Amino acid sequence: MERIPILRMGDYLIVTIQVDMHDRVVTTLQDDLTSMIAANGSHGVLIDISCLDIVDSFVGRMIGNIAAMSHVLDAETVVVGMRPAVAITLVELGLSLTGVRTALNVEKGMALLRAATRGRLLEDGDGRDQE
Amino acid sequence: MDVTKNDSMEIRLSDHVVLVRQAVRKWATDLGFSLVDQTKMITAASELARNTLDYGGGGTVRLELVKQGPRNGLRLTFEDQGPGIPDLEKALTDGYTTGRGMGMGLSGSKRLVNEFEIVSRVGEGTRVTITRWK
Repeated sequence: MERIPILRMGDYLIVTIQVDMHDRVVTTLQDDLTSMIAANGSHGVLIDISCLDIVDSFVGRMIGNIAAMSHVLDAETVVVGMRPAVAITLVELGLSLTGVRTALNVEKGMALLRAATRGRLLEDGDGRDQE
Repeated sequence: MDVTKNDSMEIRLSDHVVLVRQAVRKWATDLGFSLVDQTKMITAASELARNTLDYGGGGTVRLELVKQGPRNGLRLTFEDQGPGIPDLEKALTDGYTTGRGMGMGLSGSKRLVNEFEIVSRVGEGTRVTITRWK
């Protein structure tokens, strides 16, 4: 079955969506991500949607769900790379992704994740970004 | 209004929703829609194709290139023989849903197009027609 790969990088999980997903793939990604957050004790999730030329309410809901679920699992989510035309359409569609952190690109997204999870990394005693 | 080109597609599986998006993208690009207009039309098509599948139990979409005077547009007609919508006014309200969605599909896609028409009869089915002009 088709799956979106999830990369693990230290305390973070990184997902780059590069295909036009049908709904089952979207649901699977949601399940896979929450399992991986729990299994790895990840503190952050970065979702790159720069390849998506549309985000409809189903994908929008998935993004909101992932942010909410990861929050409950003590992880932060950042969505990066949304295209301007997608942002315009999403808002007009009535979805403003409230509660979801966004950044313009991967670099800024990672910086945001590091800032948001710094306290937790120290608590865990690994404090990797302090090295 | 003249129809200069038309095609029809089945919406029976989740994969068909993806194919509808791709076809609408192709037609909108060929018509010379701006990037924002393309995005809006594809997004509206995705919402309505999913409605046809999830609520209508499957159906069809007809794609038409339409011409009215000097302007060209893309018209999509989604049709199913499903249970129909008992209360259209409610169904067109933001946030109202009888399913697992957010209730933004129908009301939201209306905002993404220039013309929106919905006809639904309980027990017979639903037909939604949207048009976006270049």
